[in-house]
Amino acid sequence: MLNNQVSKQTTKRDARSARPVPFPWRNWIGVIPFFIFVFLFILLPSITLLTGAFRDNAGKLTLSNFVGLLDPSIINAYWVTIKISLASAVGGGVLGFLMAYAVTIGKLPTSVRNTLMTFSGVASNFAGVPLAFAFIATLGRTGLVTVLLKNILGLNLYDQGFSLYSFWGLTLTYMYFQFPLMVLVITSALDGLKNEWSEAAENLGAGKSLYWRKVALPILMPSILGSMILLFGNAFGAYATAYSLTGGFINLITIVIGSQIKGDVLYNPGLGYALAVGMIIVMAAMMAIYYSLRRRSERWLRL
Amino acid sequence: MDFLSLTNLSKTFGAATAVEDFNLDVEKGEFVSLLGPSGCGKTTTLRMIAGFELPSTGKITVDGEDITNQPPNQRNVGMVFQSYALFPNLTIGQNIGFGLEVRKMPKPDIQKRTLEMLELVHLEKHINKYPYQLSGGQQQRIALARALAISPRVLLLDEPLSALDAKIRVELRLEIRRIQQTMAITTIYVTHDQEEALSLSDRVVVMSQGHIEQIGAPTDIYNDPSTEFVAQFVGQLNMIPVTEVDLRKGTCILAGQRVKFEPSPNQIISSEPRLAIRPEELHLGTGEGRNALQGRVESVQFLGSVVRLRVHVDSAIFSADLFNERRITLPRAGDEVVISFPEQSCWLI
Repeated sequence: MLNNQVSKQTTKRDARSARPVPFPWRNWIGVIPFFIFVFLFILLPSITLLTGAFRDNAGKLTLSNFVGLLDPSIINAYWVTIKISLASAVGGGVLGFLMAYAVTIGKLPTSVRNTLMTFSGVASNFAGVPLAFAFIATLGRTGLVTVLLKNILGLNLYDQGFSLYSFWGLTLTYMYFQFPLMVLVITSALDGLKNEWSEAAENLGAGKSLYWRKVALPILMPSILGSMILLFGNAFGAYATAYSLTGGFINLITIVIGSQIKGDVLYNPGLGYALAVGMIIVMAAMMAIYYSLRRRSERWLRL
Repeated sequence: MDFLSLTNLSKTFGAATAVEDFNLDVEKGEFVSLLGPSGCGKTTTLRMIAGFELPSTGKITVDGEDITNQPPNQRNVGMVFQSYALFPNLTIGQNIGFGLEVRKMPKPDIQKRTLEMLELVHLEKHINKYPYQLSGGQQQRIALARALAISPRVLLLDEPLSALDAKIRVELRLEIRRIQQTMAITTIYVTHDQEEALSLSDRVVVMSQGHIEQIGAPTDIYNDPSTEFVAQFVGQLNMIPVTEVDLRKGTCILAGQRVKFEPSPNQIISSEPRLAIRPEELHLGTGEGRNALQGRVESVQFLGSVVRLRVHVDSAIFSADLFNERRITLPRAGDEVVISFPEQSCWLI
C-alpha cells in the first residue's frame, strides 16, 4: 500500500518534470542588442569582406585578389605589421607584467594599485589621433621632452638615431596603450597565485627563483602568453595611431588596406578585402590560441 | 631529551601582540597540538617554527640547533597547509618529488621515495593525476605525503582538516596519527577543534590571547583544567554560582541546597565563586553519597549518541548529557526530575 503511494507520487513528480519548460525569453532580452550589434557590425561586414575578396572591380568572381597577396610589397607590409605588433606586445607585456607584479605580489600600497588600475583602464583605450598628437608634442622633433633633453642634458634624441616616425618610434607609441592592457589582463592572474604555493615551495627547500621557474611561471604562462597574444592582436589591427603619426610612411597592412579601399592611386577594393580577410584569419587564430590558453590557466587557478 | 624547544617566544605585529612569552619543549616523536580559538596565536607560533614569521624575541631550537633566524628553505621542517597548497601545474608524483628534486636526489631514488609515500597514504594509483582531479581528502593526504617525503625533522600541520567534511575529517585524523606513529616524527598540530586535539595528541597546549593557558595530556586538560578559560574552552561545562563556601569541609550552597565538593583548603576563593561540573557527570535520579538536586526539564535535545537536557534548578540552569540507550525513557520538557553528581566530579572556580 505504502509502496503504491510512493510509486504514484513518483509518477506524478516525473510527469511534472517531463512537462516542456518554456524558453526563458526574459533572460535573453538584455543581450538582444549585443546580438544585433554582432550581426550588423561583425557578421555582415565579414560576409561583405569575404564575398568582396573573391570579386574583381567589375564584380566578377576571381582569385586574383588572393594572388595579389603574394606581391612583395604586401608580404613586406604583413611582415612589418607582425614585427611591430610583436615588438610592442613583448615590450608592453614585459613592462605591464612588472608593474602588475609590483602592485600585487610586490605588495605596494593599495593607493598605488588603485591609481595604476585606473590609469590602465583609461590609457589602454587611448589611441588614434589624440595619442599620435600627444607623442608628437612630447617626443616629436620639437616635442617637449625632446627639447628638455636637448637643453638640460645636451642629448639630442634625433641626432642619436631616434625618430618618432620610425619603426621603434611607432612601437614606443603603441606601448602606451599596450602595457596598460597587459596590467589589466595579468593582474587578476597574479592575484590568483596563492601565497601558500610560495610558502610550500620554500618549506620544501626551494628558493624564490626555483619557485618562480617550477611553479609560478608555469601556472602564469598560459595567462602571460594569452595576454601577449591579445596585445599582438591589439597592435596588429591598429590603424589610426600609425596613420596619424607616420602618415603612411611605415608600410603597415592596415594602412595598405586603407589606401586600397579609400582609393586614390591604388584603388582596388577587392585586394583590400583580401588583405582584410588575411588579417581576420590571423586575428581569429590569435583569439583561438588566447581562449584555449586562458581556459587552461583558469582550470589551474580554480583550486 | 627535548627535540624541539621554543623559549620565551614572542611575536608582535605593530602594536598587536600575537604571541607572548611562549615556552614549550617537545620530545622526539611526540605529537603536540596547539589548541585555541581564532586569533589566539597558534598559527603564528607554527609559522615561526616554519620560518615564515620571525620571532620578535625568543629562540627556537631543533635537535640542539638554533634555527630562530634560519630561512624557511634551510630548516628541513615539513608543513601541511590548511588549503593543501599542492602545486596545480604538477602531477601528484611531481608534487611529492618536488622537495627531493630540490635536494638534487637522483631520479630513481625520487621515484622510489615518491612511491613509498604514496603507499603510505594509500594513493598509489593517482601518481599521474593532477591535484584538481582529486577530492579534498585525497589532496590533503598528498600534501601530507609531500611534507613527509623530505624526511623533515619536525612535521607541522596547520588546521589540515578544517576544509574537509565531518566524516572525512575523522578518517583522516586516524590516518594522520597512524602515519605519525609509523614514522615516529615530532609533530606540531594546530587546531581549534578540541575533539581533534584531544583524540590525536600526546600533549595539548591550550592557548588564549597569545599565551599558554595550560600544557598537559588530553585527559589532564579535560579532567583537571588549570584555568577557567581551559575549563570553558575544552568540552562543555556547567558553572553555577554558589554561596557560603566552606573549603575545609568542602561544602557550599547551590540553588538553595547544600552540596559537597572535594575539600581543597589551600584554594583561594574568587569574589564570585562558582561550582564547575561537566554535563556528562550529571545523572538522572539519586544515588548513594551523591549530591542530588530537584529541578524541572526545560528542553531535551537529541544529538544521536547523546541526549542533552537543560534542567532548571531554582534560578540555575544545568546542562546534563545522557547516553542514548534504546530502552531508556527520556524525560520530556516540563517534567520534574532529580539530577545528581558525586562530590569528586565537581570543583570550585
